[in-house]
Amino acid sequence: MKRVITTTVINQSGVLNRVTGLLMKRQFNIESITVGHTEQPGISKMTFVVHVEDQRKLEQLLKQLQKQIDVLKVNDITDKAIVTRELALIKVLSPPAVRSEITSIIEPFRATVIDMSKNVITVQVTGDPEKVEAFIDLVRPYGIKELTRTGATAFVRENQKTPSQQLSIL
Amino acid sequence: MSVQVNEKHDQMKALGGDVEKSAAQGADVFIQSLQNEGVEMIFGYPGGAVLPIYDALYKNPIPHILARHEQGAIHAAEGYARVSGKTGVVIATSGPGATNLVTGIADAMMDSLPLVVFTGQVASAVIGTDAFQEADIVGITQPITKHNYQVKDVNDLPRIIHEAFHIASTGRPGPVLVDIPKNVSNEIFTLSEVKQTEVDLPGYQPTTSPNFLQIQKVAQAIQKAKKPLILAGAGVLHAKASEDLVKFVEQSKIPITNTLLGLGTIKGDHPQFLGMAGMHGTYAANMAICECDLLINFGARFDDRLTGNLDHFAPNAHIVHIDIDPAEIGKNVPTDIPIVADAKEALQSLLKLGVVTDGFSEWTDHLNKLTEEFPLFYRQSEEGILPQQAIEMIHKHTGGNAIVTTDVGQHQMWAAQYYKFNNPDHWVTSGGLGTMGFGFPAAIGAQLAKPKETVVAITGDGGFQMTLQELSLLQESQIPVKVIILNNQCLGMVRQWQQTFYEERYSESLMPSQPDFVKLAEAYDIEGYKVSTVEEADQVFEKALKSNKPVLIDCRVKQIENVYPMVAPGKGLHEMLGVKE
Repeated sequence: MKRVITTTVINQSGVLNRVTGLLMKRQFNIESITVGHTEQPGISKMTFVVHVEDQRKLEQLLKQLQKQIDVLKVNDITDKAIVTRELALIKVLSPPAVRSEITSIIEPFRATVIDMSKNVITVQVTGDPEKVEAFIDLVRPYGIKELTRTGATAFVRENQKTPSQQLSIL
Repeated sequence: MSVQVNEKHDQMKALGGDVEKSAAQGADVFIQSLQNEGVEMIFGYPGGAVLPIYDALYKNPIPHILARHEQGAIHAAEGYARVSGKTGVVIATSGPGATNLVTGIADAMMDSLPLVVFTGQVASAVIGTDAFQEADIVGITQPITKHNYQVKDVNDLPRIIHEAFHIASTGRPGPVLVDIPKNVSNEIFTLSEVKQTEVDLPGYQPTTSPNFLQIQKVAQAIQKAKKPLILAGAGVLHAKASEDLVKFVEQSKIPITNTLLGLGTIKGDHPQFLGMAGMHGTYAANMAICECDLLINFGARFDDRLTGNLDHFAPNAHIVHIDIDPAEIGKNVPTDIPIVADAKEALQSLLKLGVVTDGFSEWTDHLNKLTEEFPLFYRQSEEGILPQQAIEMIHKHTGGNAIVTTDVGQHQMWAAQYYKFNNPDHWVTSGGLGTMGFGFPAAIGAQLAKPKETVVAITGDGGFQMTLQELSLLQESQIPVKVIILNNQCLGMVRQWQQTFYEERYSESLMPSQPDFVKLAEAYDIEGYKVSTVEEADQVFEKALKSNKPVLIDCRVKQIENVYPMVAPGKGLHEMLGVKE
């Protein structure tokens, strides 16, 4: 199963290495990983998308991460209300004949053309990973020259849907 | 020669005396920090990148044990840590010095031994340029240390050293490595004083107190159980909780078994003790695990050599797992009552609750019958010494009170089976990593920690040759370790598996031309004996084990002899081989 895990870490040298090394040692498969600074100086946040076999493996993963001295907090946010965003840069072959066709795909995805040459346009698309995936599938028939993705980063939403009890209105 | 050097050193000190006093260098800060931690001795080996540190050690502010190989130094530190409960300290130089420590670091990680390992590093300016004797030891040891550091600024040194000792010795103990570039050792310390600051590690807050509700659940589970069993591992020893454990065992009247590393938590001849469990455990202990309806694990990590095939492990039991490391709970065996705590605190809260039972007489009678019917056994032989007999003789002549160290393999298992320990922290063996060459240097460290105790290194002819260069230390530092080599001229456990699982194809496991160990002992200026009969062995053991000098005994034992009973790899504990004559 696919899980989205965020960790808050102390921004020491080698901390990324520690965390990925740990995942390798314990044979976990990382689909994507993003790292960046947070609002607090010296503290970074990592977001991983990993594949784990079952609940027991997942628990191990969280506990092993938690054991690292430089790791402050570990959260599996998969089942919470979250916002996930990813950015992709795509170079698509676009000779003048099909250019307007491609532009018509770009528009509903709210993607932007950020560079253009005679036969190639570079498109930037952001959104949750499924949306990015869908966009890539749509432009693939035109010929993708190059593609790069950042991997997902995620936040828990401020308002969590709590299972509210049904109260009768008196 | 040494006098001249001394004079020169003093002159140099005199020349720069005042300057040095007011401006401490990294190396002096290092020594001061170790003294602040109460370090009694250092195990190490010098080299280029640690020259400033060794220069600061020259006036012997902290005794230093000069091993003959870095691996010997770190295993000695492990032995020291295991029997003393204190943190072992190791120093080695950069590059090969550091990489020679890797086996010992991994060994300490697996067996949760508190070590702080200092390695020299090439100067900061050339790190990453493949400089002479450079190795990325921080990268290399990341997966085999509890934590590691590279010091970038001399002013961080006191803080890092204090944190390293704190991390190594608290929670689940383990090795911490501190890599010190040579220039840091030479730099001038600019803070006002070297002092222990408060440890500030927000990401490291080990839990030691048990959740009381969970403890109550354990008490309730014991009341409900008909066939309860206690499994005690090394966590009890690390927590110095053996006394509390024995109290709890006697109060609750629950039978008890040990892991390999847990031996010594309870006396080997205690009436409620079933013997060691696991691959070469007793029949009674393994059947108790198979049949019990409640298994209370204090400080053991359900290692595969204990559990056998997990699908058949304690199939009827409610599992209580008390461990200081939350990641161990549920890792291998699903747990019904998890408790994250220090074993001592957990036992004390259980004792406070006062779990009184009716004694489970039906269950204990059944287990006692199994012990009677299926005891450990070996077939007496007309000629020569059997290895099991040798261990029994060692036991006889030390009264079960010696500190015993071993490597890994047949001699280790026989020592675990036949040496009945009277005391905790007297058993020093490489459990998790299974390191050949561990036992002899570990015995040196153990002896240095406990100078008054008898320390016996039981090794095999194979393992001993991996670290025998440390024999130099015995005469040099007057360390009265007794080395007993159970010499079967082969790698016994490898040969046993080849006999059992590879149709007796003894591929590279026989070693017919071993050195003359007696002559070797003489070369190192130590008494050496060779014994080949039971009578000889009995006489020599008696004399040697009472001697206050180092002794080496080449004990020739039968070559084709197997460790039984045995759970074959991949099998469940109920499928034991060789349980009966």
